[in-house]
Amino acid sequence: MEVDQMQRQYLDYTKPLFLEGFLDGQFLQLQQLQDENNPDFVAEVVSLFFEDSERLLNDLTFSLEQKSIDFKKIDAHVHQLKGSSSSIGAQRVKNCCIAFRNFCEEQNIDACLSCLQQVKQEYCHVKNKLETLIRLEQQIVAAGGSIPTMEFSF
Amino acid sequence: MEFCNCIDPQMPADDLLVKYQYISDFFIALAYFSIPLELIYFVKKSAVFPYKWVLVQFGAFIVLCGATHLINLWTFVIHSRTVAIVMTTAKVLTAVVSCATALMLVHIIPDLLSVKTRELFLKNKAAELDREMGLIRTQEETGRHVRMLTHEIRSTLHRHTILKTTLVELGRTLGLEECALWMPTRTGLELQLSYTLRQQNPVGYTVPIHLPVIDQVFSSNKAVTISHNCPVARLRPYAGKYMPGSVVAVRVPLLDLSNFQIYDWPEVSTRNYALMVLMLPSDSARQWHVHELELVEVVADQVAVALSHAAILEESMRARDQLMEQNVALDLARREAETAIRARNDFLAVMNHEMRTPMHAVIALSSLLQETDLTAEQRLMVETILKSSNLLATLINDVLDLSRLEDGSLQLEATTFNLHSLFREVLNLIKPVASVKKLSLTPHLASDLPMYAIGDENRLMQTILNVVGNAVKFSKEGCISITAFVAKPESFRDARIPDFLPVPSDSHFYLRVQVKDSGSGINPQDIPKLFTKFAQNQSLTTRNPAGSGLGLAICRRFVNLMEGHIWIESEGIGKGCTATFIVKLGIADRSNELKLPFVPKVPGNPVHGCTHFAGLKVLVMDDNGVSRTVTKGLLMHLGCDVTTASSSEECLGVVSVEHEVVFMEVCTGLDGYELAVRLHEKFTKHQDRPLMVALTGNTKRVTKENCMRVGMDGLILKPISVDKMRGVLSELLERRVLFETV
Repeated sequence: MEVDQMQRQYLDYTKPLFLEGFLDGQFLQLQQLQDENNPDFVAEVVSLFFEDSERLLNDLTFSLEQKSIDFKKIDAHVHQLKGSSSSIGAQRVKNCCIAFRNFCEEQNIDACLSCLQQVKQEYCHVKNKLETLIRLEQQIVAAGGSIPTMEFSF
Repeated sequence: MEFCNCIDPQMPADDLLVKYQYISDFFIALAYFSIPLELIYFVKKSAVFPYKWVLVQFGAFIVLCGATHLINLWTFVIHSRTVAIVMTTAKVLTAVVSCATALMLVHIIPDLLSVKTRELFLKNKAAELDREMGLIRTQEETGRHVRMLTHEIRSTLHRHTILKTTLVELGRTLGLEECALWMPTRTGLELQLSYTLRQQNPVGYTVPIHLPVIDQVFSSNKAVTISHNCPVARLRPYAGKYMPGSVVAVRVPLLDLSNFQIYDWPEVSTRNYALMVLMLPSDSARQWHVHELELVEVVADQVAVALSHAAILEESMRARDQLMEQNVALDLARREAETAIRARNDFLAVMNHEMRTPMHAVIALSSLLQETDLTAEQRLMVETILKSSNLLATLINDVLDLSRLEDGSLQLEATTFNLHSLFREVLNLIKPVASVKKLSLTPHLASDLPMYAIGDENRLMQTILNVVGNAVKFSKEGCISITAFVAKPESFRDARIPDFLPVPSDSHFYLRVQVKDSGSGINPQDIPKLFTKFAQNQSLTTRNPAGSGLGLAICRRFVNLMEGHIWIESEGIGKGCTATFIVKLGIADRSNELKLPFVPKVPGNPVHGCTHFAGLKVLVMDDNGVSRTVTKGLLMHLGCDVTTASSSEECLGVVSVEHEVVFMEVCTGLDGYELAVRLHEKFTKHQDRPLMVALTGNTKRVTKENCMRVGMDGLILKPISVDKMRGVLSELLERRVLFETV
């Protein structure tokens, strides 16, 4: 496949992600930080995010399965997850975390459980998307092209 | 005849005559001798006698005369020569002295006479001086009386007292028989007897005001003598025998506030006078003296001023009482209104929660129900339930919104948003409905419409949606055109919007949106009612029960809050209608694009940071790995030399004097604040200490206060863009402090 074809494919794939709110401007910032000195920056951050999030989600699941639930701990975990997701620009995950924290404050177990489900769902979505995105980027780089930057005009 | 030395002479023949002569001479001599003795005695007694020499002379004259007469006694008989010589000597001396005396007296007597005239003159002078003294004393007393009278009059602000005192004092000072005051009646056509000196309660005599006598008195500011037959002077029954006392009348101007201009004294512009009549006691020979008349005039003026003061005071007391009453009433009304508002707010607050909770339950459960397996019939029922409850929820929200709008408690937000994408969203939402009704939507966004604007995105969208929604709702066919452009100041002078005076400025622009439909139109008479809440257009209720009538009312409130104007025009039923609104939005510039999802990359931007960041040693502390990595990448991209730490301990271990800035996350389990304190302790010298900046996603206000409390130098919020970090670093290095507003 030609480079510009790949680039167009990449753009077609990425643009909806933003429009649908999976990713926000923070992700673009990350992409901006990637340069010759730091060629794998985005990939690094993304994989860190995956690690962190998976760990946190496991911890959350474990905590919520306990007989006596420690809401403070859960709140701390969710806070971490919120921090990570907002650092990377995973908007939907972040929003879920915000709602999750509110329910934590109210100590509403059922709502927390349902929020956890939602967070997991969102995380899965965004993980898939990001993995595909990284793969596309790597393909372009491997083919010798440069990753096209987002130029949105209206 | 014999010569005999008999002593007893023989008496001659006319012997009787000689005898008498003898006796007379003797007595004359006696008298002559006693006079000087008396003179000497009395002169010795008196203190002043200027003519001693004359006295001596006179005394000598008298003595010699006496001697002569004495010696004469011896010459009646035959006497010797000695006697004759003595006699002659005495006579000669007497002659000399008497001539001298006579000559002297010619000088002296005129003198003595003039003493007498001088004495008389002095006596006259003394009498005159006495009289004058009496006059001056009288005048001085009069002056004293005037002062005292004035003092009495001016010491009270009570009208009645003023007038009574005046009359009493005047009566006393001038010794009047009667003194009266005639005041003009309300109609101004008559004078009424208001106060008199002797009679306690004067019966209300009235006298027409336009008598010639009265006019004469009113036209001059002097006291005028009037006849005692004049109606104003007939104050008491004529009690005297011969002659009634002389009567004088003087005018008393009745001044009010408008007569006291700042630059001139009370002018004679007042037409309102009262009349004061003074009557001297009858059967006395007294006449009005000039100084008494002057006294009366002065008193009249003083009374005028005192009365006007009293009137002004009464006026202001009355006004003050009125104001106090009004105040009390207003206060009560305000408290009642406040109670009512509080009650309503409480009600709304409760109902807000109470109404929304069940609504949400219904909606949530209905949508969940929709996801399960249902028969077609059940599905239809559930869909209806869902639609109805959505409508109800919208209605509840609208009502609550409107009440919040009405009492002004709603505040617009001001965020930067994408204007173009807002219109796009609206169109996307409306397109399905429009295409079902086979209506075509044609949007026209002007080319100069800014991409971004500052304002309340949600409410603007709500407004546009409502307006466009109405257009769609009330059109059965045809097309709907939506135009949006930046309104120019000239277009504001529109007859349709008379009270709208927008002020163009550099930081704001006015967005004008016009939605034109070719639908059923509105009767021009109904247009004013459109914006009234709950008022429905009668002809449409049957067709479209889906409107609550609140939409446009809410839109108008929103538009007004955005300092704009909204109006609808229609030519009539069936001719479509045009809804237009103008709102004020802030102009967004690149520097406050903090919440933008899309950051267009501007080519040519120095990507590798400014040179003055090169090698800047920075320490980042964050326990969240992803966050830490991102921040590190950001700072490295800007050229800094970054060290990371994932806990306070690690940070304290790594930090050194070479680090210029420490970015720390403060709201997680780490004690970022504690770290700040420890860093302060570690670096005692001010220039060694790195700048401590909190980099956190926590947006609570208390965070900022806490940071300032522990002595941090800055606070910035995550997420942070490259450009923002660049700016932050510049400002930090320049100003050594940067607290972002939370």
